Amino acid sequence: MAARTIHFTLNGERVSAEIEPHHNLVELLQRHFELFGARESCGQGLCGCCTVLVNGVAVSGCLTLAVTVDGAEVLTIEHLGSGDALDPIQEAFIENGAFQCGFCTPGFILMTKQLLDAHPNPDDNQIRHYLSGNLCRCAAYPEVVQAVKSAARKRGSRVAA
Amino acid sequence: MATTTMQGKQVGRSVPRLEAREKVSGRAEYVHNLRLPGMLYGKIFRSTVPHGRIRGIDTSAARDVPGVHRVVTADDVRNVIPSPYYGPAFHDQPILAVDKVRYVGEPVAVVLASDPHVAEAAAQLIVADYEEMPAVFDEVEAMTSTAVVHEELKPAGTFPDLKHLKGRKNTNVALDFQLRRGDVDKALATAAHVFEHTFRTQQVLHVPLEPFVSVADASASGATIYTASQSPSFVRIEIARLLGWPENKVRVKVPYLGGGFGAKLYIKLEALTTALSLIARRPVKVSLTMEEQFYTLTKHAATLRIKSGVDTDGRITARKCDVWWNGGAYADIGPRVTQKSGFTAPGPYDIDNVSIDSYALYTHLPPAGALRGFGIPQLVWAYECHTDMIARAIGEDAIAFRRKNILREGRPQATGTAMKDAAIDAVLDRLGQRMNWDGVFDRGSEKLRRGRGIAIGFKASISPTTSMAIVNLYADGSCGLYCSTVDMGQGSDTAMAQIVGEVLNVPAETVKVVHPDTDVTPYDMATLGSRSTYHMGHAVRLAAEDARAKVEALARELGLPEGTNYAVSDLFKKKYGMQAGNIVGVGSFIPSYTPPDYATGQTPNATPFWMVGGTGAEVEVDTETGHVRVTRLVNVADVGRPINPKIVETQLSGGALMQLGFTMFEKMHFDGGQVTNASLADYKIPGIFDVPTVMENEIVNAEQTSGPFGAKGVGETATFGVSPAIANAIDDAVGVRLTDLPLNAEAVFRALRTKANNPLEDA
Repeated sequence: MAARTIHFTLNGERVSAEIEPHHNLVELLQRHFELFGARESCGQGLCGCCTVLVNGVAVSGCLTLAVTVDGAEVLTIEHLGSGDALDPIQEAFIENGAFQCGFCTPGFILMTKQLLDAHPNPDDNQIRHYLSGNLCRCAAYPEVVQAVKSAARKRGSRVAA
Repeated sequence: MATTTMQGKQVGRSVPRLEAREKVSGRAEYVHNLRLPGMLYGKIFRSTVPHGRIRGIDTSAARDVPGVHRVVTADDVRNVIPSPYYGPAFHDQPILAVDKVRYVGEPVAVVLASDPHVAEAAAQLIVADYEEMPAVFDEVEAMTSTAVVHEELKPAGTFPDLKHLKGRKNTNVALDFQLRRGDVDKALATAAHVFEHTFRTQQVLHVPLEPFVSVADASASGATIYTASQSPSFVRIEIARLLGWPENKVRVKVPYLGGGFGAKLYIKLEALTTALSLIARRPVKVSLTMEEQFYTLTKHAATLRIKSGVDTDGRITARKCDVWWNGGAYADIGPRVTQKSGFTAPGPYDIDNVSIDSYALYTHLPPAGALRGFGIPQLVWAYECHTDMIARAIGEDAIAFRRKNILREGRPQATGTAMKDAAIDAVLDRLGQRMNWDGVFDRGSEKLRRGRGIAIGFKASISPTTSMAIVNLYADGSCGLYCSTVDMGQGSDTAMAQIVGEVLNVPAETVKVVHPDTDVTPYDMATLGSRSTYHMGHAVRLAAEDARAKVEALARELGLPEGTNYAVSDLFKKKYGMQAGNIVGVGSFIPSYTPPDYATGQTPNATPFWMVGGTGAEVEVDTETGHVRVTRLVNVADVGRPINPKIVETQLSGGALMQLGFTMFEKMHFDGGQVTNASLADYKIPGIFDVPTVMENEIVNAEQTSGPFGAKGVGETATFGVSPAIANAIDDAVGVRLTDLPLNAEAVFRALRTKANNPLEDA
């Protein structure tokens, strides 16, 4: 199969990669950029472990062919926060104990980012609706709901300040 | 109360997980991330028949695919490992199928390639020719079936109580455990009421979101295995045994796990990847897909028959339990489940006359092993449904009937072991109070009927098992903890660091926890059965105390007067003239234990500690559809004194929600031994919409006096009561009794129609 070169913005930097047309976005991030925060688990776009933001929209990296991010803005969990400072969502997940094994956590956090970008003060139904495609076998769901609310408050107060 | 001294104020504090930052930034280390130079990927070709003799395997087309390094079958494996059979209880499982296959999905061959896509495509070109043989899938049928899974039983010899099984032929019974106490037959004959019911549980799956993955880099000079395993020490011992090597030639490293739940115990992919690496002379990685997890390890389905005699005062006088465990084609740890959990089959009740017969059965299904409870949730399902049915039949309140019959402190359990530090009464009382049991309960409408139920369960910690730990003080006074407990999400790194911090009077956050690496970290039996807090907790405490004693000895050696306020780093400087040196504290722990009598199962010391959990459920049943909504789930547990209350609460909550999936919808479907729903599209696990409207978790005020700082295990406790509590609530709501799991809408609707004398035809 013919390799081809794609160019895109990854976590704020212009990058390019030579890929096979059957490679998915998770493989692209892992093989070419050593980014392992997006993980393939179910392989069917049902668990959310491979969540990546493409042009600001959360996608399942396992179902997204790498070629389709040519020219796109790709953001992964590794880019959240700035320097040593965590993003308020990451802080909230830690403070509320919203994970155990951590394998699904990057996906939950990126989906929460998309939720809060669209709904800065989400109610329980909005939280559940947005996060219904993210599975956590440790079942930290009650703590996740608390973390999302706490993250919303943190983001709100930072905007106000 | 000496063990609860809050010297360092670290124990009892809700320290956030030490690795939290790495986990929220996607940088935590999992085997999943690992790639070694020159590494090959292995893709497994699996059996399509449940039982058959292998006539031939045609690998030519796969071999010819460009990019394929080689194709490996059992013949190649036997060149490097002459007797390629492994297992913790029985040496019955071949690395790749030898001569026969025994379940659909059994590994038969492996394709190795540098590109996993090439390996996957090539594996699909392999053709195997089987002479199909009769198969047996049901655990009760397996007792008498002429279809026999193994020609001869091969107990591992590790466990003295399995030795008598060696060489048995023409049987699917891998272990028959029995317990006899009092005279059950006589007590049943004279009882005022006798009740007998049969219950079933279904095959379900662990579904860690990080599927099984191992990397091996092996040559004649030694093997290094990087693996998502809950039992690095066992992996080393078993790989060394298979290769005829000393332990020190095998190194096993385990980073974080993306969930385990009992799946990643003993040997899973480690023997295969080691053999592949020896054959290929290159590092080999095998990562299973989600689908392949369904062919690797399941939770035991079980059939449980339970019969009780009750006197006119509502006291249970006799209980007879027969349990058949569906172990699948390879024993894994099933025989241990059969016995070590089997002896709690009568429940946490004070019954003078008890008999238990518990059978581990081989069938032609994927192997079954431990899953968050080691068989206990299956047993509680039976005895707590049964107990509720008795209370209903004799017109007693569900809590009052239990309170009359529960095991109290000091009373003998079925094994004869006296109960100690098991807060069964407190759990039951708090459950009743939390559920407002004596208050008015809204019964809902004709269409949406409401009901409530409770259940309690207990577990004996598996015994005897050993943990070792090392606490290393470095020259600047900082310290590292070396232990082989695997943090798979339960927070053991954090809890163990708290114990070190408590003893050495330093913040837990400053303790470095060195991850399992058998070249570096000492022996631990395994991370299983909620044993780590107690066993490793003690070993870590002892290691830290040993380090502290050595610091004090060094101070004396250096002539510092008793009680001098010195920094550890100053001692090192004074001793070695510069920032240099180490102080190494070691600790080892094995609890006392008395093996049960073979014929009666009696022992004065069955376990170091008891775990107690209870659940209350409120449900809403749609009488038109059979749909059940759990509106409230209350979990109450005796965990001793929690080391980290917040993490303990998330363990309780998470355990209960996992069991909610096993209760309401999870089920592996089989057709002729083939799993037909091997994907998350067809096998649903709980998502955020499945969380009950109200969830409450409570840790009762209790102490494990023999535990480290009063603590004991908690990982499994909240799973015990969930299933029967919900079934009891459904009965309370609509008057139907479900005896098989899961309690899905179809099952409830069928039961409602049957009750209305208008049964549905079987599908």
